[in-house]
Amino acid sequence: MTERTERSEGREGMPIRHSMTERTERSEGREGMPDQPRMTERTERSEGMPSMQPEEVEVSTEEEPLVEAPADAVAGEVVLRLTDVVKTFPGVRALDGVQLEVRAGEVHCLLGQNGAGKSTLIKVLAGVHRPDSGEVVWRGEPAAFADPQAAMRAGIATIYQELDLVDDLSVAENAFLGHEPRRLGFVRRGQMARRTRQILARLGHPEIPPGRLVRHLPAAGKQIVSMARALSHEARLIIMDEPSAVLAHDEVGNLFRIIRELTAQGIAVIYISHRMEEIREIGDRVTVLKDGRTTAASLPARDTPTRDLVARMTGRTIEYVFPRRPADDGAGAELLRVDGLTRHGEFADVSLGVRAGEIVGIAGLVGSGRSELLETIFGARRAHAGTVRLDGKALRPGSVGAAVRAGMGMAPEERKSQALLLGEPIYRNVTLATFGRYARLGFTDTGRERAEADRVAASLELRPRDVRRPVRTLSGGNQQKVVVGRWLLGDTRLLLLDEPTRGVDVGARAELYQVIRDLAARGVGVLLVSSEVPEVLGLADRVLVMREGRVVREAPAGELDENTVLDLVMAGSLMEGAPA
Amino acid sequence: MSDTDTALPAQSPPVDRAETAKADAAARLSWWRGDGGEGAKRNLGLLATLVVLVVIGVLTRPDLYGDPNWVWGNTLTILKLASVVGVVTVGMTFVIIGGGIDLSVGAIVALAGVWSTTLATQSYGAGGMIFSALTVGLAVGVVNGLLVSYGRLVPFIATLAMLVAARGLAAEISDKQTQVSTSSFINGIATTKVLGIPLLVYILVAVVAAGWVLLNRTTFGRRTVAVGGNPEAARLAGINVRRHTVLLYALSGLCCGIAAVMLTAQATSAQAAMANLYELDAIAAAIIGGTLLSGGRGTIVGSLLGVIIFSTITNLFAINNLSAEAQNMVKGGIIVAAVLVQQVQFRSLTQFLARNRATTT
Repeated sequence: MTERTERSEGREGMPIRHSMTERTERSEGREGMPDQPRMTERTERSEGMPSMQPEEVEVSTEEEPLVEAPADAVAGEVVLRLTDVVKTFPGVRALDGVQLEVRAGEVHCLLGQNGAGKSTLIKVLAGVHRPDSGEVVWRGEPAAFADPQAAMRAGIATIYQELDLVDDLSVAENAFLGHEPRRLGFVRRGQMARRTRQILARLGHPEIPPGRLVRHLPAAGKQIVSMARALSHEARLIIMDEPSAVLAHDEVGNLFRIIRELTAQGIAVIYISHRMEEIREIGDRVTVLKDGRTTAASLPARDTPTRDLVARMTGRTIEYVFPRRPADDGAGAELLRVDGLTRHGEFADVSLGVRAGEIVGIAGLVGSGRSELLETIFGARRAHAGTVRLDGKALRPGSVGAAVRAGMGMAPEERKSQALLLGEPIYRNVTLATFGRYARLGFTDTGRERAEADRVAASLELRPRDVRRPVRTLSGGNQQKVVVGRWLLGDTRLLLLDEPTRGVDVGARAELYQVIRDLAARGVGVLLVSSEVPEVLGLADRVLVMREGRVVREAPAGELDENTVLDLVMAGSLMEGAPA
Repeated sequence: MSDTDTALPAQSPPVDRAETAKADAAARLSWWRGDGGEGAKRNLGLLATLVVLVVIGVLTRPDLYGDPNWVWGNTLTILKLASVVGVVTVGMTFVIIGGGIDLSVGAIVALAGVWSTTLATQSYGAGGMIFSALTVGLAVGVVNGLLVSYGRLVPFIATLAMLVAARGLAAEISDKQTQVSTSSFINGIATTKVLGIPLLVYILVAVVAAGWVLLNRTTFGRRTVAVGGNPEAARLAGINVRRHTVLLYALSGLCCGIAAVMLTAQATSAQAAMANLYELDAIAAAIIGGTLLSGGRGTIVGSLLGVIIFSTITNLFAINNLSAEAQNMVKGGIIVAAVLVQQVQFRSLTQFLARNRATTT
């Protein structure tokens, strides 16, 4: 971690410096607080901490100028041009100056890590979100799509990862959903079926019957129907969000054939994928996003070295500061032992161990089986094979209650839907797993609960501190503190964290990292899942890399670097980056 | 807490002062819910509605309201009218807060009433009758709960099936006859007065009080709110959601058993068609009382007020000699109005949050 600290300190003289001093002073103002002995320590540590305001951290622009490729990679006219598009959500700057240029008849690949802003960008183009500022020029005219229908009418069709088809309607009904050919209010079913058949033929799939219910089609077939819908709108631009994710290997080839036919007809395609070899094969140009901004625009997809692309994806624009690892390896006896854990279709034969006081990180993309693995260890899913042992004792499979009683806690991936009672007060959320322990003869002791929750709130620096307020009113980072804080009560010895910093801003992240490290220092074992590789590398003592449901690498965090892990996490064909 | 707030700026949208003040004010109002305060405010609205209904009564029949004895007697009539449905509604409130619904309550009351008044049961005396009514209610509730939690049936379907089946069984047992209760103890429940107040009202008060304590002061109540508010979060916090669901329906069944005894006492008989459409009255009362149909929120006091509002309307029509048909129309209107008011409250809340968000980014 020393390396990282040095790097950020090497940036003195940047505007960031100013706000850092300011923050330090402010924190010092709190030192007199009797109940916060850790305060001073924290202040010292915040030397290396990035500013609390994300916009002040954009230090990278000068060091890494925007790469612009020679424009004549593709001959077609420019159909779409985005200039400096910005979109903010509460606490997050999702898009922070995106440039994008798409030409007719090209396959333009969009590359970026999770959270880079790809999804938001798609939604801006699809008319779901409206940008706060910046310019969207569609076929020569400034465009502002009021809603998804408007984007559709203008000729931009989006095929989302989770296909938005109605399972119980037929192929033709799905293709023409919302704009059925009709006369006097009656749908002209014959015409609809005929036109669907034409479109399907154009897509090279005349064998799909227009009358078949979509429910009965395989995933690849559903994707064809989504494309048929796009063509039924006479789309000039089709956005595909990780279309290959739902397909088997041989079906991907068919998808590429269709994409080539579409582009030959002058239709532009924006193609999003994590798989580098697909981008090489189907893409014409690549635009790379990182932290909501374009870090490389319109590079040639075939010739740009992978190394360059990965660097553009990961090039640090925000330095996270991770707490120092303890000098001595303080890890104790093995706490968790997982052997041969398998859930068909999710992950297979996973074995791992976590020692007391150790932070083990799992790196992997969405769909690599990492979240499912965590939930299975916790008993929220039932394993098909394999065992989970805590302190040598096998846990009853498929029982969260047993896991919690044995001393496990989990902060699940989806805070709002899986962890919080949004309308309930903070303290009731903090004590959700433990209120039974404070109760006497079944009667809850709200006073004690509030006191305990208060203690947790203080140690996590929850803001606002009043634990009677509904959790709904907290920011994402503070909500996450509530979820983690839940397991600080009781005697949790193993904490499972799934994407603990998703949707959490920079400042709160640093605090959460510190909380996690403090827990480990107290002897709690931590198993951490994150799609952000730097987070796993910076926080964990030992790292497991997962791809397609299997652990493909296990090593101490010090022996891995970000590019290596990214290569492992993505396609296996990128082994050139593996350490010698 | 204000010290720390001013000393260090929150990195992410802080909540503004106005809302802090609002939350504090709400917290002060919260004595009868125990916490939160939102429920208390809604209950004040219900009390106001009740007052309006009484004022309408005074305006339409000033002659009757001039007599204090009549007013007292009429108040007791309203409470007595509310007692049986009130007991059922307490159980229903738990089920709805827990994220379910119980359409079979009327049928369970009928089945428990019929079962407890068969000649065979009556031969065991009043104790046997009460025991069998409570046991039958509890057992049917457990079956409901098992169907919903372990059978994974949608609550609507499971309890609808139970509605049909339980009434069928009640008709079978009673041979479609009215079974007269010969137990003077049972029949006395409806006629006995203690300190001038009918025993039925005491039973209602006892059940409501027990329900309030259970919801607001016990781990059972806390689990109910968690299971209904976010079942996945409850499960991942180690709460046994399925077992708790069974218990919720069992509780509802038990309340129906109690109601069956009360209703049998009032009619001095039981039959398969008794307690007809109680499920609608109980659900409507809970909804008017502010219980969220999607679960996770609701108050016992609100439900009680909902029931009393309904019986006050019935009484209002009776003392004005108006038809029961017109009465039902008004009740329907009140249900719609109550839900609309809740939606408006909800919308203004979301608008408030949206504004708050807009100003902080």
